[in-house]
Amino acid sequence: MIEATVQSNRQATGLKNGKATPMPVIDVQDVTKIYKMGDIEVPALRGVTLQIYPGELVAIMGPSGSGKSTLMNILGCLDQPTSGTYKLDGVDVEKLNDNQLAEIRNRKIGFVFQSFNLLRRTSAIDNVEQPLIYAGVKARERHERARAALESVGLGNRLKHHSNELSGGQQQRVAIARALVTNPAIILADEPTGNLDSKSGAEIMCIFQRLNMEQGNTVIFVTHDPRIAAHTRRIIRISDGRIVGDEPVDDPVIACPDEPLPVM
Amino acid sequence: MNMDVVEAVKLALRTLGANRLRAFLTMIGISIGIGAVIALLAIGSGVQQYINDQFTSSGTNLLGIVPGRIQRGPGGGQNTFAPSSFLTMGDYRAVVAGTSNVEAHAADFTSVGNFAYESRTSQVQVSGVTPSFSRVRNWRAISGRFVEEADNNSRARVVVLGQTVVNDLFPEEDPLGKQVKINGLPFRVIGVMESKGSSFLGDQDAIAFVPLSTAQERLFQRQAQARTGERVLSTIYLQATSDAARPQIEATARDILRERHRLGPDDADDFSIISQTELLNTFGAVTSVLTLFLGAIAAISLLVGGIGIMNIMLVSVTERTREIGLRKAIGATPAAILGQFLIEAIVLSFIGGVFGIVLGVGIAFGVTRFVDFSAIVQPGAIILAVGFSVAVGLFFGIYPARRASKLNPIDALRFE
Ligand SMILES: Nc1ncnc2c1ncn2[C@@H]1O[C@H](COP(=O)(O)OP(=O)(O)OP(=O)(O)O)[C@@H](O)[C@H]1O
Ligand SMILES: [Mg+2]
Repeated sequence: MIEATVQSNRQATGLKNGKATPMPVIDVQDVTKIYKMGDIEVPALRGVTLQIYPGELVAIMGPSGSGKSTLMNILGCLDQPTSGTYKLDGVDVEKLNDNQLAEIRNRKIGFVFQSFNLLRRTSAIDNVEQPLIYAGVKARERHERARAALESVGLGNRLKHHSNELSGGQQQRVAIARALVTNPAIILADEPTGNLDSKSGAEIMCIFQRLNMEQGNTVIFVTHDPRIAAHTRRIIRISDGRIVGDEPVDDPVIACPDEPLPVM
Repeated sequence: MNMDVVEAVKLALRTLGANRLRAFLTMIGISIGIGAVIALLAIGSGVQQYINDQFTSSGTNLLGIVPGRIQRGPGGGQNTFAPSSFLTMGDYRAVVAGTSNVEAHAADFTSVGNFAYESRTSQVQVSGVTPSFSRVRNWRAISGRFVEEADNNSRARVVVLGQTVVNDLFPEEDPLGKQVKINGLPFRVIGVMESKGSSFLGDQDAIAFVPLSTAQERLFQRQAQARTGERVLSTIYLQATSDAARPQIEATARDILRERHRLGPDDADDFSIISQTELLNTFGAVTSVLTLFLGAIAAISLLVGGIGIMNIMLVSVTERTREIGLRKAIGATPAAILGQFLIEAIVLSFIGGVFGIVLGVGIAFGVTRFVDFSAIVQPGAIILAVGFSVAVGLFFGIYPARRASKLNPIDALRFE
C-alpha cells in the first residue's frame, strides 16, 4: 500500500530510482488526428508518442503530407488531437479552458508559421509587440522588448518597415522575433526556412542555436532540408502519420559566425 | 482580460488606421444612414410646423361663418351651397349683439375685380372689409394704412393692395396715392399689405381690400344683394377672448342664425361655422400622409445604410477571421478579441455618427434655404438614427468576430 503510493509520487515528480531526471516539457501519448471532409476521413496522425525534454533542439522531418504541420499545431495548442493525450509541462492540455489555453499560447509557446502570418499594413515593431499587448505589458516596456527582439534577429534597422516592404527572409525573422519576444520556454517553428535561401536559413539556425544554448529554450522545428536538420541534436522522422525514426545527432553543425552576436 | 481599456482603444485605432479604406467605407455607410434620416425627419417636421403656422397666422381663436353648408368628404372639406342661402348684414349685427366673450369681429364681401393702371391690368380677388378685418386676420398694411371706419361710412373709393397686385401694376413705382381702376371705377391706393407669401392655400397676396360698404354698394351692387334687398356678406369673423370661450360662441351664433333663417328643428344649417381646429383637422390628413411618406423614405435610408455597413463588415470577414486566428495563436483570449472588435465598432459608429449628424443637419438646412420654411431637427430623430446605425454597426462588427473567436486558432487561420 505505502510502497505503491511512494512509487506513484515518484513518477509524478519525475523521480526515477531515487535520481532526479527532468520531466518532459512535451509529453505526447498515442495522439491521432483525423480530419473530416464531408464523408471522407483523412487520418493525418495515426498514433504518435513522443517526449521532448527542456533545453532540447529538435528537428522534425518527413515527406509532404506526412502530418508534420498537424503535429506542430497540436504541440502549439492551436488544434486539438482526435484522441490521445498531450501534456505540456505536466498539464493535460485537453482539460484547459479557452482563457488558460490563450495564456499558454501567450507565455509558454512561441509559434513560427511557415507562411509568417504577419498583420498586414502594420510595422515590424507593431507586429512584434502584439503578444505583449495580450500579456498586459505596458507600452514603453513593450516597445523596448520588441525592439530588442528585432535587433536579436538582425532587424534593428527595419523597425518601421511594413511587412510588404520586407523580404521573405526578413518577414520570417519578424515572425521569429514575435515568437520569442514573450521569452517563451518553447519555440515551435513549422518550416521556418522553407521559403528561404541557404544563407537566410543559416541565419535563422544561428538564432535558434543561440536561443537554445545561451538561454536554454526548447526549440522544435520542421524542415525538409537535411543540412538544416544537421544543426540540431535530435531528428524525429515522421511518415504517414507515424514516427518512423528518432535519432540523436552526434556532431551538430554550428551556424553562428565566430564573432559574438548581439545579445537579446 | 489582461488588457486595459486604454490599450484596447489604442489597438482598435491602430487596426482601423491599418485598414483605412474599410474603416472609411463602413463609416460612410453609418453616416449616410444617419444623415438621411435626420435630414428627412427635420424637413418633415419643418413642413408640419409650417402648415401649423399657416393656420395660426390667420388669427388665433378665430371662428369664421360662411353661407352654405360645407360637407365633409373623406379627403377634406367641400363647399356645397344650399340654393339661395345668404349671410346678411342683419345676421352679422344680430350675431355680434347676441354673443359674449367676443374680443373682435369683422365681416367681408369677396368677389373678383379687374384692376387697371395705365396699360397694365390684373385680375385678383377683391374683399370689401370692415376695419377690424386686419386685426382678426392678423394681417397689416406695411405702408400707408388699412381700411378705416370713416372709409366705410363714406363708401370711399379707396383700396389697399396685396403684394402681388403691386408687383403686377406697379413694378417700378410707389403705388401709394395712385389711381387704379377696379371694374372701371377709379380707386385711390391708400396702403399696401404685408406679404403672406404663397402656401398650399395658393398665392395669398393676390388680393386687394376696399371698404365693405364700397364693395357692397358700388363695386358689386348686384352680387351683394339678397332677394330681400339686404346687403350680403361672404364671411363673418368672430374672435373669441380665449380658446375655452369658442364653443359657447359657436353654439350661440348657430342658434341666432337658425332662428333668423327660420330653420325648423329637422332642417340642416344653411351656413357653416369653421374654426381653426377644424381646419387643422382637415389638413391633418395631408400632413400625416406626408409624415408617413417621409418616415418610409427614412426607413429605407436606414436600411440602405445598414446594408452598406453589413456588406463591408461581411466582406472583411475572411481577412478578419484570419487576423483573429493569428491573434488567438499569439495569446489573445476570446474576451480580448471581442473587446477589440467591440471598440473598433464603437469608434467607427461614433465617428460615423457625428459625421452623419453634421451631414443630416447640413442637408436639412441646405435644402430648406430655398423654400419658405426651415427644417426642425428633433433630438428624437437623432437618437433614432444614431441608435439604429450603431446597432447595425455593432451587430455586424461583433457577430463575425464572435463566431471567429470560438474557432480553433488554426481553423480561423485557414478560413476561406
Ligand atoms: N484542414 C485539413 N482538412 C483536411 N485534411 C487536412 C487538413 N490539414 C491537413 N490535412 C491532411 O492531413 C495530412 C497531413 O497534413 P500536414 O499539413 O500535417 O502535412 P505536412 O507533413 O505538414 O506536409 P507538408 O510538408 O507538405 O507541409 C495531409 O494528407 C493533408 O491533406
Ligand atoms: Mg506542413
